[in-house]
Amino acid sequence: MKRVALLLLLGLAGCSNRDPETPRVAIGAKKFTESYLLAEMGTSLSRRAGVEAERKDLGSTPTLWLALTQGDIDAYPEYTGTITRQILKDNPADLYAALAVHGIRMSKPFGFRNNYALGMRKDVSAGLGIAKISDLRRLPNLRFRFIDEFLDRPDGWPGLKLAYGLPQTDVKGMNHTLAYAGLVEKSLELTEVYTTDGEIAQHDLLVLEDDRGFFPAYEAVWLYRADLEARLPDVVAQLGRLEGKVTEREMQEMNNRVQVKKDKESDVAGEFLESKGMGRTKSTGDNLATRLGATTVEHLQLVIPSLLAAMLVSIPLGVFASRRLRFGQAVLATTGVLQTIPSLALLLFLMPLTKWLFGSGIGAPTAIAALFLYSLLPIVRNTYTGLTGIAPALRESAEALGLTRWAILWRVELPLAAPTILAGVKTAAVINIGTATLGGFIGAGGYGRPILRGIDKGDIPMMLEGAIPAALMAVVAEAAFGAVEKWIARRRG
Amino acid sequence: MFHLDGTTKRFAGRTALGPITLALPAGKTTVLIGPSGCGKSTLLRLLIGLIDPDSGAVRFDNMPVTSVTARAIRLRVGYVLQDGGLFPHLSARGNVALLVRHLGWPAPKVESRIAELAALARFPTDALDRYPQHLSGGQRQRVGLMRALMLDPDALLLDEPLGALDPLVRAELQDDLREIFRTLGKTVVLVTHDLGEAAFFADRIVLLKDGAIVQAGAPADLWHRPADPFVTRFIQAQRGPQIPAEAA
Repeated sequence: MKRVALLLLLGLAGCSNRDPETPRVAIGAKKFTESYLLAEMGTSLSRRAGVEAERKDLGSTPTLWLALTQGDIDAYPEYTGTITRQILKDNPADLYAALAVHGIRMSKPFGFRNNYALGMRKDVSAGLGIAKISDLRRLPNLRFRFIDEFLDRPDGWPGLKLAYGLPQTDVKGMNHTLAYAGLVEKSLELTEVYTTDGEIAQHDLLVLEDDRGFFPAYEAVWLYRADLEARLPDVVAQLGRLEGKVTEREMQEMNNRVQVKKDKESDVAGEFLESKGMGRTKSTGDNLATRLGATTVEHLQLVIPSLLAAMLVSIPLGVFASRRLRFGQAVLATTGVLQTIPSLALLLFLMPLTKWLFGSGIGAPTAIAALFLYSLLPIVRNTYTGLTGIAPALRESAEALGLTRWAILWRVELPLAAPTILAGVKTAAVINIGTATLGGFIGAGGYGRPILRGIDKGDIPMMLEGAIPAALMAVVAEAAFGAVEKWIARRRG
Repeated sequence: MFHLDGTTKRFAGRTALGPITLALPAGKTTVLIGPSGCGKSTLLRLLIGLIDPDSGAVRFDNMPVTSVTARAIRLRVGYVLQDGGLFPHLSARGNVALLVRHLGWPAPKVESRIAELAALARFPTDALDRYPQHLSGGQRQRVGLMRALMLDPDALLLDEPLGALDPLVRAELQDDLREIFRTLGKTVVLVTHDLGEAAFFADRIVLLKDGAIVQAGAPADLWHRPADPFVTRFIQAQRGPQIPAEAA
């Protein structure tokens, strides 16, 4: 049994091993279509420099910046406005020099801007007499919906509100794709748009004039590590081929194809590179089965190690907690608090730690570390409950027999508590399978990737491609543990 | 075999036992008897170091019973609890063999010893693979006895071993137990609150009340030479069946 588990683990770990000889680069992508497309182009171009290249889908700007500065990724597409307002929180005269302080370099602009702007339905804005942002001051009751990042960023709503003196109070966070849908259905009046969004043309939206010039220019550029230049100058040269090559119209068109027509971003990016004479990317001929196989393996690679590690730690912790009651209370309280930390916050917090421990702050190690922490509580609690619930007469009976303390624990107490402990492991496994979808935020793959990507694109079949197998896996785990429980119960009559 | 010397035990500040000075002779059956809460089970637990005395000493075979020596002593003393104290996760065989498997006995030796004890305790061998909840109360008690005798101990302690059994099973097991005690010639200390049972087993009875010894001696002494009015009351309280007179 143990050997099988070990082999399974080794096998799973083996799947992610690659040839160590070929240099590897990782290109980061933020969670929106344009960033995926540009990162996809970055990986294709890097491969032409003869390296292994991988796209890493990470969360938002802080995650990518952290991953880039601590070396988890080598480059990612960014916008100059975001660099000055959100990353550096400064407007230096020499942006290149300011970035160099962090060991980061910036490419020349790709040629298009993806500016922030505010968008409304044309009929609604005409009815209210709105054409520019300052017109909004007259209408305090409008409903504004922005993505959470925009609500927080100094170059987003807080700065905008201040610069224009906007009076609106019904301002809430909402997913970008859903906000577009809400705008069209008139359940809200205004959302932030990106000037390269395909939806602007699709829904024929009005982009309000920024009459006080609040929004800075968002020139698309590469941010890459200074050491990449030294390590793999060819990669930097290849990435540089995008400079000045992408127009706003072309970017809008590509976004539209992915976002509205549901084309695959790798195909769209490949065709664009080909049209510019930057190489041919053959369409990766994957089908549903191979995709499912890959995400299932990735998902198991997150769930199994984290669950096993949690068992290795929680069961001894539960045993110790049952012996020292005050310590036990502290352990239960601590694992309880861990449970309440939101997963994204936990991931961001763990990134430097896993970088230090495992040499990588993104991908599977970070997701496994988070899942490990989330799995502690159910197992610790049930071990504790199972052990403290043993009848004192049975414990005395074992002691009177002349067994050592370890033998009592191993041969009597743990077997007696086993059904309760197993129930805890089952709970942890089921929670773990569901929570492992957070792997999608941190480039760890698994079912979370199609789910998050599907939500982002508003692509329901893609979302289900992750959600259904995740639910099935949870059901299978529940049933498997149930069968083991039944087997134990039957053995005991 | 066991000696208590000015031994006391307190629970939550209240004296539960002692100070008691008592010698339990080797090869004899001593019965500890008394009303509930008199300290008889406490005394039994002190003998194998399941609890430590607050003052005074306990010795087994001239060795002080302490937390250091307790384990070695327990290997030389069998202990039987009410209802057997069996582990529900192990079969009858698993319960009996638990300790010797831990001590590393080879399987054939374990099996032959179990067969020997099953014959002695009159436990059906085909029930050895059953789990405790599928055994009758009497069978559980027999398994508890087998488990206690596995290492052929010098002494056997029994804490109300027959308390939970119905009268017929109880009488049968009493006969078997006395037979076994006589055959093996071990030092036996048995706790009960049933005077009839005490008289049936005892070479010597120790009557306890409020943690102190009221009288210790042969069963006949208690009946014929009570040391205290309490002894008389205790004896009279145990009434036999009152047969109603037949209508004329």
